[in-house]
Amino acid sequence: MSVPVKITPQVVAEHGLSENEYALICERLGRKPNINELGIFSVMWSEHCSYKSSRRHLGKLLTKGERVIQGPGENAGVIDIDDGDVIIFKMESHNHPSYIEPYQGAATGVGGIMRDVFTMGARPIANLNALRFGEPDHPKTKTLVAGVVHGIGGYGNCVGVPTVGGETNFDKGYNGNILVNAMCVGHARSDKVFYSAAKGVGNPIFYVGSKTGRDGIHGATMASAEFDDDSDEKRPTVQVGDPFTEKLLIEACLELMATDVIIAIQDMGAAGLTSSAIEMADKGGVGIKMNLDKVPQREPDMTPYEMMLSESQERMLMVLKPRKEKIAIEIFEKWDLDVAEVGTTTDTGRLVLTHQKKKVCDIPIAPLADDAPNLDRPFTPPATHDKLEHDPMFDPNERGSSYNSVLEALLTSPDICSKRWIWEQYDRTVMGDTVDSSQSGGDAAIVRIHGTNKAVAITTDCTPRYCLADPFEGGKQAVAETWRNLTCVGAEPIAITDCLNFGNPERPEIMGQFVYAINGMNEACRALDYPVVSGNVSLYNETNGQAIPPTPAIGGVGLIKDLHKFKSISGAKAGDTLVLIGATEGWLGASLYSQIILGFGRDGKPVYAPPPVDLAAEKANGDYVRRLIRDRRVNAVHDLSDGGLAIAAVEMAFANKLGFTLDAQNDVPNYAWLFGEDQGRYLLAVEKNSVNPVISTAHSKGIPAQKIGMVGGSQLSAAGGFDISLRDAHMVYENWLPDYMAS
Amino acid sequence: MKAIIHIGLKPGVLDPQGRTIARSLAHMGFDQVLGARQGKIIELALKGNDAVAAEAQVKDMCEKLLANTVIENYRFEIVAQD
Amino acid sequence: MRSAVIVFPASNCDRDAAIALAKITGREPLMVWHEETTLPQVDFVVIPGGFSYGDYLRSGAIAARSPIMQDIVRKAGAGLPVAGFCNGFQVLTEAGLLPGALMRNKGLRFVCRPQTLKITNKTSMFTKAYKDQDEITVPIAHFDGNYYADDETLRGLRKSGQIIFKYVDNPNGSINDIAGISNKAGNVLGMMPHPERAIDALHGGTDGILLFKSVLESMR
Repeated sequence: MSVPVKITPQVVAEHGLSENEYALICERLGRKPNINELGIFSVMWSEHCSYKSSRRHLGKLLTKGERVIQGPGENAGVIDIDDGDVIIFKMESHNHPSYIEPYQGAATGVGGIMRDVFTMGARPIANLNALRFGEPDHPKTKTLVAGVVHGIGGYGNCVGVPTVGGETNFDKGYNGNILVNAMCVGHARSDKVFYSAAKGVGNPIFYVGSKTGRDGIHGATMASAEFDDDSDEKRPTVQVGDPFTEKLLIEACLELMATDVIIAIQDMGAAGLTSSAIEMADKGGVGIKMNLDKVPQREPDMTPYEMMLSESQERMLMVLKPRKEKIAIEIFEKWDLDVAEVGTTTDTGRLVLTHQKKKVCDIPIAPLADDAPNLDRPFTPPATHDKLEHDPMFDPNERGSSYNSVLEALLTSPDICSKRWIWEQYDRTVMGDTVDSSQSGGDAAIVRIHGTNKAVAITTDCTPRYCLADPFEGGKQAVAETWRNLTCVGAEPIAITDCLNFGNPERPEIMGQFVYAINGMNEACRALDYPVVSGNVSLYNETNGQAIPPTPAIGGVGLIKDLHKFKSISGAKAGDTLVLIGATEGWLGASLYSQIILGFGRDGKPVYAPPPVDLAAEKANGDYVRRLIRDRRVNAVHDLSDGGLAIAAVEMAFANKLGFTLDAQNDVPNYAWLFGEDQGRYLLAVEKNSVNPVISTAHSKGIPAQKIGMVGGSQLSAAGGFDISLRDAHMVYENWLPDYMAS
Repeated sequence: MKAIIHIGLKPGVLDPQGRTIARSLAHMGFDQVLGARQGKIIELALKGNDAVAAEAQVKDMCEKLLANTVIENYRFEIVAQD
Repeated sequence: MRSAVIVFPASNCDRDAAIALAKITGREPLMVWHEETTLPQVDFVVIPGGFSYGDYLRSGAIAARSPIMQDIVRKAGAGLPVAGFCNGFQVLTEAGLLPGALMRNKGLRFVCRPQTLKITNKTSMFTKAYKDQDEITVPIAHFDGNYYADDETLRGLRKSGQIIFKYVDNPNGSINDIAGISNKAGNVLGMMPHPERAIDALHGGTDGILLFKSVLESMR
């Protein structure tokens, strides 16, 4: 790419800076910036790096907790899981690059999030991903699905970290903007956690990893802008990942971290060398002097601008203790990685760069962080919608359909159908500690902490159609559902990471979605004592003015203290009683039933309010279920979500290869009973003898609990509802996605 | 000098990638395509300018590493670098 | 029994293999870096799974040409027991210790799932301990597991009882459903499935244990 040298208003605008921002830069420097300095300010003040539209709202979130060692502000969050073990985790988006080049966009997303985790000293032990694609009929969807899944597998499998879970949605709202949110969870010892503050003056700064090329220059600014019809030309800015080098980097860094040579370390992600150098210096309260001639370069004649803005992958920046450099160099050379001393920390508080014996940049660091714009964007409160009341015409039999057809329609809907085509492409068992993954169809992945009897439970969740109908309730629900998922496997939920995907924040209605979603999330975090320890914001997910549904993707992590006492969706036995925990009034608004069968909520049809989340009930119900698991009173557990009770029961039947019968009930119209999406509910398979105590104890605590049916047989049947063979149901459920991808 | 090496599957070895490529082209309306075989091209930048010596060396490289002679054939040409 | 696990750049399953060996032999294996030219004195060598060299050029191709493999080829020729799992199988074919080649899966996708295998040779030093068991379930996780050998080679494999495991419900298009083979002398095994991931009831099942026990018992 050609780098302009003369700074004109157009050049400033192309860098994504407003006139005010440019004036502020001139004021801080006491002069006009040169092109290198302009480039640096532009990426540091981009939405992606500075969080200018979101910072003040993110500040409201609960970020502290008993087990929280490090909240937002570092490369990833750190939580305590006893015995000197910590878990380090984060989720990040790579949406815009994945739309343009799905394989590499997704692959580098995985690579990037893993670096955020191992830069803090954690060996990555599990990857998950939350994917959102356009509607199946959209011409690009199939290619995007194939490319993204291929890329996630291609990178994760090669690096040797199991990809154990995630979720995939399809909705026309993502036709022009897919979402690829990658999460990584790592394990470290609490006395070996590394931070990024570059403390101390006169310490050597080292660059390690792949050589720097011209990849991804202005990737940060691409993520801070909408697509339009010319976005295909942005193709050259997508970075290409090398998982082989990443694996070597992980091993080399962990080996170095076992010594005491590192003062600070950070990976080079968005805005590459610029953001890592500046963030490390700013946190450490020091200045940095770098000689760009020392930067390992892949291409000839790279300019300072290109070197500072390149987003070449698989690179780390570290500050080492003086006179210990040789230890680092030996380790990196053994692993065949480029390593170079590129600079020193100083006491000037400035970033000074030289290239070919000339000074090419000299700016104060503090304004880059302190003066980063912190916008108070105007927002309008989201519209509220009415509750969808029951109506006899909603019953399948009144609509010329049948319960069997309706069940089949839901089982073959893209959101519910089996995702085996996807997760079979991920190595879920490398590293030897995966206790449960997508393979079982359960609610949370379970990964043992190596060499111990404890495990982490991990899940991702979000229901965008709820968020679209009511961002506050949707944000609350996303957090609550992950909490429920972890509870289902008997884990103590500890903390979350998030990936907040929204449209253009310059539009007040989108900003309103963002603000309200965060408020909803916050309410759930506080009521459940379930803080946010890391996260990412991805804005401008819009094409030609059409925004995505608000999608606050949540990644939850919990602790299973004793692997002799966990549960999953499997373990039900023929003859078990099905017990439902939680209250059911048959909430239809924003349910899959209302969208797929009744046609509401899309194509101009009315939008109805999503199921409300009663956080006190969530907590009470969940704590009770967790206790039942610990006391070994249940055989299998599954929470209710998309598709309500019917789908939860069917999913449990698939996991156990056992049918079920659901009893008649008269409280709620049958379709609402079977497909309503009331929150805070769990389906339990309970040994016959335990049923009465389980129910009576629940009642004594004010928790709704009732017998609703039985496990067994080869049919899936609900009184007055559907009656279909397990085999037939399973077949349609499994076939939809592979048939679609092969068509 | 440059060596341009073409490596391909031996005839008779099943090539699912080639088959998929041919089918995709046919689906797109390119009905002149009868079949496809997928291989790879490796370009080596070489020192010196003795093409004859280079040929012998490149053959050795192909036999020893670049091609898996159980299932792959190779051919190459040595060209002067511009 | 002393054992060793070879470590190439980006071998991912070396730790998994080491755990299996330690658990079953009662002794931590030696982890041998690919650049060593001499294998230390051991009774059994495992070439682990993973993505050595990123699977670049061809899976296992570059690892097979490493210094340590030269010594392993020599010692295997003299009877040293060697087992290669997944990427390890690929390395063994590339190194010429086993015939045939592993190619891209027929379905052109990476496959990770529990896989049922038929034990087609129960007299080999790697399967003797299975006794009454004819089928085992072991995880697979690979992109290039499609075994290929020409007709003449296949005839030889069949004749000499070198086909040790076959797939039940072939996941990758391997010719004759071949999942694992040995060399003619019977001391080198290569298989695409991961028995080292089937040694723990909580993870992958326990059907892999007897493979390692078979090797252990043959030492006695």
